Amino acid sequence: MNWEVVIGLETHAQLRTQSKIFSGSSIAFGAEPNVQASAVDIALPGVLPVLNREAVVCAIKFGLAVGAKIAPRSVFARKNYFYPDLPKGYQISQFEIPVVLGGGLNIRVGAGETATEKFVHLTRAHLEEDAGKSLHEDFHGKTGIDLNRAGTPLLEIVTEPDMRSSAEAVAYAKALHALVQWIGICDGNMQEGSFRCDANVSVRPTGQKEFGTRREIKNLNSFRFMQQAIDFEVQWQINEIEEGRAIRQATVLFDPDSGETRSMRSKEDAHDYRYFPDPDLLPLEITADWIAEVKRGMPELPDAMTARFIVQYGLSAYDAAQLVATRDTARYFEDCAAAAGLENAKLCANWVMGELAARLNKEGLEIAAAPLSAQQLAGIIRRIADNTISNKIARDVFEALWAGDGKDADAVIEAKGWKQITDSGALEALVDEVLAANQKSVEEYRAGKEKAFNALVGQTMKATRGKANPQQVTDLLKKKLGA
Amino acid sequence: MSDLINSSLRELSAALAAKKVSAVELATLFLDRIDKFNRALNAFITTDRAKTLAQARNADEKLRVGADVTALTGIPLAHKDIFCTRGWRTTCGSKMLANFVSPYDANVVEKLAAAGMVTLGKLNMDEFAMGSSNETSYFGPVKNPWDVSCVPGGSSGGSAAAIAARLTPAATGTDTGGSIRQPAALCGLTGLKPTYGVVSRYGMIAFASSLDQGGPMAKSAEDCALLLNAMAGFDPRDSTSLERPGEDYSRDLEKPLAGLRIGLPQEFFGEGMDADVRAAVDVALTEYRKLGATTVEVRLPNSGLSVPAYYVIAPAEASSNLSRFDGVRYGHRAPEYADLAEMYSRSRAQGFGAEVKRRILIGTYVLSHGYYDAYYLQAQKIRRLIAADFVAAFKQCDVMMGPTSPSVAFAFGAKSADPVQMYLSDIYTISTNLAGLPGMSLPCGFGNNNMPVGLQIIGNWFGEAKMLNVAHQYQKATDWHTRMPGGVK
Repeated sequence: MNWEVVIGLETHAQLRTQSKIFSGSSIAFGAEPNVQASAVDIALPGVLPVLNREAVVCAIKFGLAVGAKIAPRSVFARKNYFYPDLPKGYQISQFEIPVVLGGGLNIRVGAGETATEKFVHLTRAHLEEDAGKSLHEDFHGKTGIDLNRAGTPLLEIVTEPDMRSSAEAVAYAKALHALVQWIGICDGNMQEGSFRCDANVSVRPTGQKEFGTRREIKNLNSFRFMQQAIDFEVQWQINEIEEGRAIRQATVLFDPDSGETRSMRSKEDAHDYRYFPDPDLLPLEITADWIAEVKRGMPELPDAMTARFIVQYGLSAYDAAQLVATRDTARYFEDCAAAAGLENAKLCANWVMGELAARLNKEGLEIAAAPLSAQQLAGIIRRIADNTISNKIARDVFEALWAGDGKDADAVIEAKGWKQITDSGALEALVDEVLAANQKSVEEYRAGKEKAFNALVGQTMKATRGKANPQQVTDLLKKKLGA
Repeated sequence: MSDLINSSLRELSAALAAKKVSAVELATLFLDRIDKFNRALNAFITTDRAKTLAQARNADEKLRVGADVTALTGIPLAHKDIFCTRGWRTTCGSKMLANFVSPYDANVVEKLAAAGMVTLGKLNMDEFAMGSSNETSYFGPVKNPWDVSCVPGGSSGGSAAAIAARLTPAATGTDTGGSIRQPAALCGLTGLKPTYGVVSRYGMIAFASSLDQGGPMAKSAEDCALLLNAMAGFDPRDSTSLERPGEDYSRDLEKPLAGLRIGLPQEFFGEGMDADVRAAVDVALTEYRKLGATTVEVRLPNSGLSVPAYYVIAPAEASSNLSRFDGVRYGHRAPEYADLAEMYSRSRAQGFGAEVKRRILIGTYVLSHGYYDAYYLQAQKIRRLIAADFVAAFKQCDVMMGPTSPSVAFAFGAKSADPVQMYLSDIYTISTNLAGLPGMSLPCGFGNNNMPVGLQIIGNWFGEAKMLNVAHQYQKATDWHTRMPGGVK
């Protein structure tokens, strides 16, 4: 039987605010346990929550970025359960009326020009607070509680069950990961838990309308684990069904060591969270004016920028999408194209995605930390375009500027004497010398060996130490050899 | 000195300003009375003479220098033990917090300290403010100074008894369903529950967040106005605190009452009210007519639903608010337990009393999946209907009046076996909390066994100054509020 996989994702994005969602404590990562836990965070008797306006701004930005409806009035609710790292005995979240409704993301599945596009619908996104951390090691049978994280603002982003493969799920997660960083609401740091996903996975016979019973894989904190976990889970569910066992709704954990998912609790053990509107917080009202104000401060969004790059710079859809991978890459490219001239935009794109990307990758650097500025790269590109230097020399200039050897391309070319020989008289003399010294190749060429011609071009270029225009050399050689 | 215990706050302030008495002498006077009478009354849970006198010396220094002096500087008061006080134990009347010392001051405590008031101690109360008789306190019941075999009312029973016995000139209280007004009535005092949001709840241990409101308790409306001036005001740490310009609640005290329209809710004068209470309230209304007011009958058709709605909403919120008392970070933790679940269940089973457990159970039940719509949502709808009733009725009147409590103070044990009977003690006070309206109780005579009767005034939203005016004019014409129990002279 053929099986169809159905996946929905829930993502917790930690918001990049200065302080917690309901208190003034810092949310910086890595502090000593409990030093970032105020009276409100540890839920002393009598304390009250006050909503952090910045967290709401983040939610509005997200809603705008995914084309969602931003609720003019949303409600904070209490999700009641007991756990030692949940100081109040309830988590403040949004339940019935979330701040962001609907919207969606365009994703590209697969690589290169064969990638396919898909739109993943979002159900909702809501604001909530994080819990603290339970530390089970190092306490001799007891549990340590660190409440630094308690009250950290989160945006929980929930999709419709739109994805049909682990590849689609990962593509969505990556697109979302890029988007939340693009609009500056989340630092995207998955190791530190700033961006973590739960995947609801089910399978059904191809063509069946009803969804199968789903199991939820919790806390996937890397794209690789997400892929592995979903693939394992899908195969496990198919095996279960094929062996005549029904899937029971459950929450499962992925063990990266074994590569397996295992059940944490079944639906029967599920909590009754006794949600009700938090009487300590008024309904959150977001006016059209506020949304407009946030919108004015928003950067151009990736989809719009991709479309603009195609039109404005004459790039292919693939190139445009590559350059829009991060805001920094796009900014670098645009700065470079602005300095190099619109007619050289394609060349800029090639260099940013080619030489620069490879070099950054090799050094493990982000583009923002590139030692070579967009303007410096544009200087190289201008000299390629006006035939001052060849591509090969250009790479040397690139290396020189990367190493901080010279202030711009022109200075490097001048200092190193790498200017391309365009004086045809001087070049002709050099060609004559090469022909005289390589009679064997000349004879072979005349005997019909095309390869010999290439050898002569190579020799000539070598004689110019790469400074000649290869096309010009070819033309001259052909003329001399009477071809 | 003996007349100082019966002095108004304004008189105390004048005596302090004229250096007829120092803050230290005043504090000592009341501390000595606490030493003498508290054993019998059990109004205070915690006193600390050294801390009190240090605050008094500080006040005296302010008075000496003449800087930073308010109308309340040097005047002693005591706090209901629901308000967090830095350095003093804050028990909320519970074993759960029997040894809890707050690292911070409640907003109200901060404000009254900033006004220069001197703290005499922490006052007994029903456990987590759940009760109408002060019988649920882990620290034992408070006795009514008018008759120690009777309850003082609750939950601010310690506050009421302490003022009635002249162990403090003033106190803070909190009112979730009548917890300021009912004990004020039963102990012959004046108490005011402000409009929801006027006084910050920050640092006031939450019982039912959407109903809780702190307020002043004292001998007179004039005193309450002075105290409210210091207690009220926007607090950015409380999201339900209202951002409004400050006001002087004393400003209208002396306005004559001619033309005042008093609404008499028909539903508050029906069955259930004892004859002695009715008689005293009727006499008070006659007095008001003499002062130039007119009375008009008004209807609050949904008020009969207020007790059931309240006993869904308040326990629901309480069940969640009290979840933090889990033995993990502070408060009582069971000495022995096998695992986490047992640590929770034993700590809470041992730390909470029967009434608190009952309300946690009710609240948990009404919020449970499948019951939420039937109970909690219905109760919220009733709440809106009750508020709408008041809006309609206030078109016909400026204030409303009626009894505060259906009976005078009852004997210990009389209602403690029957929670519903106990809950009905608040039948006239609860609807104002559900609507967020301000309410007051002031003494208006004596009923059976010569126990005090309270007259309730219900104001319109933000009508505190009006209510205080209405109460003050009555108190100028009568002397019920000056009466003092015989046993504490």
